[in-house]
Amino acid sequence: MEVQKEVQKNVISILVNNKPDVLARISGTFSGRGFNIESISANVTRDPAKTKIIITTIGDNATLARILKQIARLVDIIEVVDLTGREAVRREMFLARLNWSKEGNRKKVEALVENKNWKILSADDHTCIIEMTGENGALLEEVMMLEKLGLEDFTRTGVVALENGL
Amino acid sequence: MKVSGAQILFKALEMEAVEVIFGYPGGAVIGIYDELFRQKIRHILVRHEQGAIHAADGYARASGKVGVCLVTSGPGATNTVTGIANAHIDSIPVVILTGQVPTALIGSDAFQEVDIMGITRPCTKHNFLVRNVAELGKVVREAFHIARSGRPGPVLVDLPKDVMQAEMEEEDVCFVSGYLYAEESPDNSEIERAADMIAAAQTPLIFSGGGVVLGKASGELRELARMIGAPVTSTLMGLGAFPASDPLWLGMPGMHGTYAANMALNQCDLLIGVGVRFDDRVTSKVAAFAPCAQIIHIDIDPVSIDKIVRTDLSIVANAKQALLAIVARLKEKNHVWPGAIRNWQEQVLEWKREHPLGYKKGAAIKPQFVVEKLYELSRGKAIIATEVGQNQMWAAQFYHYDEPNCFITSGGLGTMGFGFPAAIGAQVARPDSLVIDIAGDGSIQMNIQELGTAVQNKLPVKIAILSNSCLGMVRQWQEMFYQKRYSQTVLHNNPDFLKIAEAYGARGLRARKVEEVEEVIKEAFATEGVVVMEFIVDDEEGVYPFVKPGAPLDEMDLGPMETTSREVARDGDDPFSRSFN
Repeated sequence: MEVQKEVQKNVISILVNNKPDVLARISGTFSGRGFNIESISANVTRDPAKTKIIITTIGDNATLARILKQIARLVDIIEVVDLTGREAVRREMFLARLNWSKEGNRKKVEALVENKNWKILSADDHTCIIEMTGENGALLEEVMMLEKLGLEDFTRTGVVALENGL
Repeated sequence: MKVSGAQILFKALEMEAVEVIFGYPGGAVIGIYDELFRQKIRHILVRHEQGAIHAADGYARASGKVGVCLVTSGPGATNTVTGIANAHIDSIPVVILTGQVPTALIGSDAFQEVDIMGITRPCTKHNFLVRNVAELGKVVREAFHIARSGRPGPVLVDLPKDVMQAEMEEEDVCFVSGYLYAEESPDNSEIERAADMIAAAQTPLIFSGGGVVLGKASGELRELARMIGAPVTSTLMGLGAFPASDPLWLGMPGMHGTYAANMALNQCDLLIGVGVRFDDRVTSKVAAFAPCAQIIHIDIDPVSIDKIVRTDLSIVANAKQALLAIVARLKEKNHVWPGAIRNWQEQVLEWKREHPLGYKKGAAIKPQFVVEKLYELSRGKAIIATEVGQNQMWAAQFYHYDEPNCFITSGGLGTMGFGFPAAIGAQVARPDSLVIDIAGDGSIQMNIQELGTAVQNKLPVKIAILSNSCLGMVRQWQEMFYQKRYSQTVLHNNPDFLKIAEAYGARGLRARKVEEVEEVIKEAFATEGVVVMEFIVDDEEGVYPFVKPGAPLDEMDLGPMETTSREVARDGDDPFSRSFN
């Protein structure tokens, strides 16, 4: 697997009414203009009637600006914030499963986990599952390094982001 | 007391002051139709669901109210999709009520089931699937609020059969909509800047669009234009907002725009766009559009701002409010016409004199001549609906509109078959007006079945078919750009439109010679019911001026324009004398 060079990713935070078809309306606005959504994460907020959706996407800025305006005018959208270039914290979580049965690997993995502040969530003699969080570009590179330590599969949450306080 | 979903639906429609529904029954809405039987609301039974949505659309355009249509699930719903897209792109407020299979069957490929929510998501302003009877009243009210607020548009409400049958206690029914729309007021500093830009302009031009008609801002537009002495051009959708009889009027710009309008766009130093979206049929080559101008863009929808052209000042607001504020600010500043304005007005007049709209007279009936006669004999007072193609452009060029809501045309989508059902809707909205559908022999056949609707409901629409036995606009493009290879644009075996009219119980009249035209129109206008007029016109006639797609607006093919159709101000007159200053 090749690590993709980090390009300018746009991170969009959208606050919406928690209704079944809101996500379809948003994703339709992207796909209708040929935009690919790189990652998406959605969850209800403190107010259960509202959901916050974080989308990362790559594309030209003029088109993206238009898409954001088009999303902002959808009926169930409360707020659209483009976090790209803003003071915000962006994190992503990975879960990775490793086969560490090869001689010496278990020790190396445990040392790495310790060093990186990751967590081992489940483990037996053959495999383990690790939880890792970080900035998504750097994190992806680190996950790729696990190839040598028996990486079998991984899953990721997509980027979540929160603006810094004023 | 218990009330059913169907009863709640009609109660909500009543609260929204709905006077008429255009519809067609079917299995999923049979319960609604059963309730309708007991209700007082007027229902116009169409002959095809596309007719229902276009009629609701035409009703909305002619009345300024929300149009309503009611159809069944599956094919009933899908037949409205073209009309929904049509209303969406032209920002027309309509509410589409579609039947749906019972909730428990949704997603099971039931008989006449279709995911109309999914199908119409990208072509509605919003859509709702009503999940239970408790939310029904609220949802229907919300649909109307959304349809008419801000930038208007179509809203679809999908009504499962069981929800319509379900009952609840009357006292528990809620009609309170949760939808809030906060209209943005124009910002003071933006208004100030607009006033400054206007004060500094030597050659200002107002470019108004459908937003002025929808925003009921035609009075404010007129006031601004006369106050600052700026000539006015308007998109197809905006025709009538500024009176065509005013000396400041230039005609429509763009691909088939007037010489004066396109030249003015090319040379103005300030372009004030109000309720326009800079459609490609107007801008043509964007890089060469209004090359000398600073641009002020007023629009209610932020999406329209900077979408096509870069603007120097954008004001996101309702057209009426923004224009009022600018006029007020100019008054405060005791605005007087800058000295250069008179020269600019003279220049514009010169362009109008040099190349007015016209056509070459000949032995055959010219379609433009028919439209001119319709204008003359209706004294410019008719509501004109159009189909799409050459007939539409001639109706825009040779009928002259002095009032808004009088020109009903499929602007953005270009939907053939729109005009006749839309004319039916307009006639329902304004029963005392003369409503004429200017059609081609191609377009009229796309919804000709609505003759049944017009005759049954005594809606005396007059149809004027400019019959050239071809799909004229495409044919014209084939002539100009495809070396006259007339691929599939010749209509052999057109039906006898007079016999069709008569078969439906309407009247049919035909003119083959120039001298018969006036007679036929007079006869049609004197007839009480529905009339189909067929004018056998010159099939070689083209729409001019013509700016090739992608060419700058000043590169116009003016065509053979020998006969000037309309009297332009005679030498020696001062056409601006009745304006302010």
